[in-house]
Parts: sequence; structure tokens; C-alpha cells
Amino acid sequence: MDSCRDVLKETWHFYRKTLSLVFSGGKAYYLWCIFLLCIMITGFLFYLKQHDVGLIGTNMTDQVSWGLYIANFTYLVGMAAAAVLLVIPAYIYQFKPIKEIVVLGELFAASSIVMAILFVMVDLGRLDRVWHMIPFIGSMNFPQSLLAWDVLVLNGYLFLNVLIPVYLLVTFYYRKTPNWKFILPFILLSIPTAVGIHTVTAFLYNGLAARPFWNASILAPRFLASALCSGPAIMIIIFQVIRKVSVIEIEDKALFKIAELIAYAMFLNLFLLAAEFFKEYYSNTVHIAPFKYLFEGLHGHTQLVPWIWTALTMNVTAFILFLIPSTRKRLSTLNLGCVFIIIGVWIEKGPGFVIPGFVPDPLGEIYVYMPNLLELMVSFGIWATGLLIFTLFMKVALPIEAGVFSHTEYQKETAPPPRH
Amino acid sequence: MADKRYTRRQFIRNLSLAAAAGVSLPLFSSCTKEEKEDFLQKHFKEMTTEEKKNVIAKLEARYLQKYGKKFQISTQEAVSGTLWGYGLDLSRCIGCRRCVYACAKENNNSRRHPQLHWIRVLRLKKGSLIDLENSEHYYNPPVVPEKEYLYLPVQCQQCENPACIKVCPVHATWKEPDGLVVVDYNWCIGCRYCIAACPYKGRVFNWADPTLSPDEVNTSVHYLGNRPRMKSSVEKCTYCVQRVRTGRYPACVEACPTGTRKFGNLLDPNSEIRYIIERKRVFRLKEDLNTEPKFYYFFEA
Repeated sequence: MDSCRDVLKETWHFYRKTLSLVFSGGKAYYLWCIFLLCIMITGFLFYLKQHDVGLIGTNMTDQVSWGLYIANFTYLVGMAAAAVLLVIPAYIYQFKPIKEIVVLGELFAASSIVMAILFVMVDLGRLDRVWHMIPFIGSMNFPQSLLAWDVLVLNGYLFLNVLIPVYLLVTFYYRKTPNWKFILPFILLSIPTAVGIHTVTAFLYNGLAARPFWNASILAPRFLASALCSGPAIMIIIFQVIRKVSVIEIEDKALFKIAELIAYAMFLNLFLLAAEFFKEYYSNTVHIAPFKYLFEGLHGHTQLVPWIWTALTMNVTAFILFLIPSTRKRLSTLNLGCVFIIIGVWIEKGPGFVIPGFVPDPLGEIYVYMPNLLELMVSFGIWATGLLIFTLFMKVALPIEAGVFSHTEYQKETAPPPRH
Repeated sequence: MADKRYTRRQFIRNLSLAAAAGVSLPLFSSCTKEEKEDFLQKHFKEMTTEEKKNVIAKLEARYLQKYGKKFQISTQEAVSGTLWGYGLDLSRCIGCRRCVYACAKENNNSRRHPQLHWIRVLRLKKGSLIDLENSEHYYNPPVVPEKEYLYLPVQCQQCENPACIKVCPVHATWKEPDGLVVVDYNWCIGCRYCIAACPYKGRVFNWADPTLSPDEVNTSVHYLGNRPRMKSSVEKCTYCVQRVRTGRYPACVEACPTGTRKFGNLLDPNSEIRYIIERKRVFRLKEDLNTEPKFYYFFEA
């Protein structure tokens, strides 16, 4: 009875402290949260309009039937998968500087998955029928439909990336050492799952014989390579923000190590792209049409050409910056490279990947798709939602990691003792 | 102390109850009984005969209210021993698009914003049949046929091995025993994966509430075919399931002024379609994709 009471008391304490943590912060914190909330509300209002009139409110048509939403979805799955790049060295090779920040990386993955799922939700015409996809309750077409696979692995990955950091944070909260026998299997499982979510997402496109642009076996490896660039790049930036706004120390060494890993991944990404380029241009069959639409324009339609060349320039520049040790180990050039990769991979993996799949369409029609204001605002709303979720995660996780926020019995101590 | 614990517990319980009620009550109270029924409606293939009857009655009442007309909604099953096949004589087609409009009229398609067509006629320069990239979908000359062009009508090919069915995450589309690929419009979640998977552009989407005025409706409908659809559901050609199961030709076959379009039962050795397959040199679109269409193109001359 007493222990039960203690647990309740402690839960209540945790609950209250978390709330007060989330609601107390500096001016910058409040401004940031209100800023995100404003974007979220705007995005939501635009979504309500789309929900009311139907998807005709977007610029999608029967020709280009997926657009900006699915482009963002594809990119964000990659972002989430990239957490694995931090998990491998941290847990397997016990690389100390990364190990301390891996929890933050996993929470980032969880936020990305939430965004990815939201992007699919807003793209669905009938949100009210989404329960048709739930196994046993609805009628999920598993294992035939890759979309069914995607629902399963994405939710599984979300579960892992919430379970692992929450478990670790709670043990830190109690100032105990984690029970590795319990959590390590989950950590190990998260590695193939990360590869899995991205492979399944690639296969979702890959399996469509009607779309030659996607029907290439190189797709899944290319997806992984580019994800291992963009995810860690955004982590490098976020870690610098974290060490500025909190007491958590993140060594430069860890950032440089991540940048080095990005350089390898980017090399692979560019190499795979080159392999595709060769195959398409040397064999020069009718299936080159979407490739041409993307890289040089097709029958006078050149909308995507400036975008993809901007992306390629950014990716190559970032690769060179991260390859040379002196530019990799200078924060200014490191951050420039990160921004280039985040934008470059977004173009290449998002709109630059989804749209050419539909142009020309299977009967040769060219429809010029550019997202409209509604699609942009809904997308910004979802990005803001993800960022807010991540911010709130951090608001609680950082004090725990720093040892400032802990179990009641440690609260009386004035100075927090060293962790672990 | 005991009192305090009790109040705390009560507080937590009340708080969570209030939260749950706060979320679900407005949702439930804003729903009418009919909306709740719609929301919980089962997959067509899982309904009992009784449930089907109720759904049909509900739909008929709703259509009567919306269009002021009495609808006949059929759920007739496939006639045993039938497998429907289509023949199209490319040397006869003059590109007049009468089939396109007859189809939209028969099948209660959305008329404008968006205008949905299940048949698309492609205009190709003579000399190539495969170069679809240089086809014109929106040709509009004063008179057809034009000398230097030929016309290639395309619609759902009712594949034996359909890519669209494989990808649907919720089994909302399936192949009937008579070979027709149909959609349960009330089960479709509107993800449009099937549109991405179809190599023939055989499917279109209701991007908005379908526009169909009462004087335009066809009241003789099939549940899996031409009944009026709703917003955000995918739809497609069914070879006019409402007609062919009662022994009639599809609307496009009847509308064609040149006898381009042929139709029949592939399992019947004496059918017109079997005659064509045996005597003409037929081909199917994109045979390399192994979709096994039941739509045969051929040339008379």
C-alpha cells in the first residue's frame, strides 16, 4: 500500500514538475513556442479548408496524384531512419561523446516519424475511414500492399524511439544505471527497423512497374544513402543549439565525427546517382523521359530543372566541405555544409523524387505540378508541429540528462552530482 | 493523510475522465445516427444479405432526397461462366469521343470541376503506336478523323493481374469472378496508391464532391459500378457492370458510331470477342508489364 502510494506520489510529482518545466522558460523559449503555435494554427485552418472542399483545394490532379505532402513524407522517413547512424557508434562501439547525445537523436527520430505520419494523414482523402487500415478491426492488405507494411514499420519504429529514450530518461531521473539486459535488445532492434522503414518506403515506389522513374532497384540503397546525409546534418545543427541553451555539453569531437560519417554517406549517394545517370543516358530508352523532365526539361517543360541543379550543387559542395578535415572541423563551414545538405537532400528526395515519377504520366501526358498556397501552409503547419514536439521533448529531456530534474529524494541536494 | 490521498486520486481520475469526455463528446454529439452508420459501414464483401439490403435502402432514400428520383440499386453478382473481354478495332476509330461522353452519362461521373472521364482517347501521329509521350490528349479539330493521325482509346483494361489491387492497403478494390475490377466507394480511404500503380491511367479520383445535376443522373445503377460517388473516393471503368450482368452491352460499345468497339464473354467459344482473338492479329497495351489485360486492340485493315 505504501509503495503504491509512493509511486502515485512520485508520478504526480513528475507530472507536476514536467508541466511546470514545459510552461516555464525564458523569453526566447516562449517566443519560439508561440511562433510555432501560430504556424500550426494557420496550417490547421488551411487543412480545415482542404477537408471541406476536398483535395481539389490542392494542385494535385489525376496526372500528378501525389505532391508536396508525400514528398515531405518521404524526406522525413529518411530523417527518422538516420537516428540509426547515431545509435550504431553509440551503443555498439561505445563511442563516448556520441553516446551522451543519442537519446536526443532518438527523440528527434520520434518527432520526425510523427511528422511523416501527419503528412500521410493530410494526403488521405478520407481520414474518417483510416480505421479500415487497422489490422483485425479494418481490413489491412498485408502483406501484399507496401503501404500496409509502411504503416506497421513506421508505428513500430515510433514505438521503439519513444520507448528507448523514455526508459533511459526515467532511469536517469531516478539516478540509476539502465538495465542493459532489458533495453539493449530494443536498441539493437531499432537498427534494422531504421533500415526497414526506409527500405519499405523505397519499395512502396520501387514496386510500381507503371512508373519507370521509380521502378529501379537502386532506389532503396539511394534512399538510405541520402537519409544518412540529411538526418545527421540536421542533428549537428540541433546539437549546437542544445549546448547553447542548456547545460548539456556536447563536444565538438562528436560533431566532427558525425560530419565525417556524412561525407561517406554523401559519397555513396552521389555515386549511386551517377550509376543511375549512366544507365539512363547510355541506354537512352523511352523510360528516360522523367529523368529528362527533372534534369533538362521535357518538351519545353523545365520547372524542376533549376531545383535539381541547385540541389546537386549543394550536395557536391557539402561533400567537399565535409571531406576536407580543415573545413569539416571549422564550425562555420561545418554549418554551411549542413544547411546545404538539409536543403539539397530535401529537393532531391522530396519533390525531385516524387514529381518526376508522375511526369510524363503512363499515357504520356505532361502535367506541370507546383504546390499551391494551401499545400505549403499545411506543410509548414506539420513541420511546426514536429518542431514543437521536439522542443517540448527537449525541455524535459535536457534537464534530466543534465541531472537537474530528478526523483524527489534527490531534489534537496543543492548541486547535482555527476551523472551515471 | 488518507483523505488527502483520496482527493488526489479522485483528482487524477476526474481529470482524465474530463479529458476523455472533452475529446469524444463533441465528436459523438455532432454526428447524426446516419453519419455514425456511414462511419461504421462494413466492407461490401463482409456484409450479410440483410446488411446489404439496409445499406441499399439507405442509399436509395438518400439519392431520392438529393436528386428527386427513385434509384434502382443493384447488387447483382457475377453471372457464372462469364469472363468479360473487350475488343477495339484501331482502324475504325475516328476519334469522335462519343464513347467518352456516353460513358460519363451512363456512369454518373462528376461533370465539371472536376470533369471525370473513364475513357481517354489519345491522338497519335501515324507511324507509331507506342510513343505515347508524343500523343495528344486534348485534341480539338473542327472535324475528325484527321488524315495524319490515328486514335487510341484507353480505359481500364480489367487486367487479370492488376497492379492496382495489389497495392490497395485496405482491400477496397478487387477482381470479381467475371473478371471486372471494382471499387467499394465506401471503403476506399483515398490514398491514391492505385492511381500511381496503374499503367493505363484507368482510375480517376473525386478531388471534390461530384457535380451531377438531377436532370443528368442515370437512376439504373449497380452498387459496385455507376451509383453516384462521393468526395475523395477513387473510381474507374467497370465495363458497365450494371449493364453487362443483365445481358446488355457497355454504354461505350452502344455509343460508338463506327463499330470500333466489340465486347463479349471470353469463356464462350462462340462470342464475338473469341472470334476476334482467333481471326485478327490482336495485341494488348504494355504487355511487357505482365498485367494480362482483358482488352484487345486489333486492326481490320
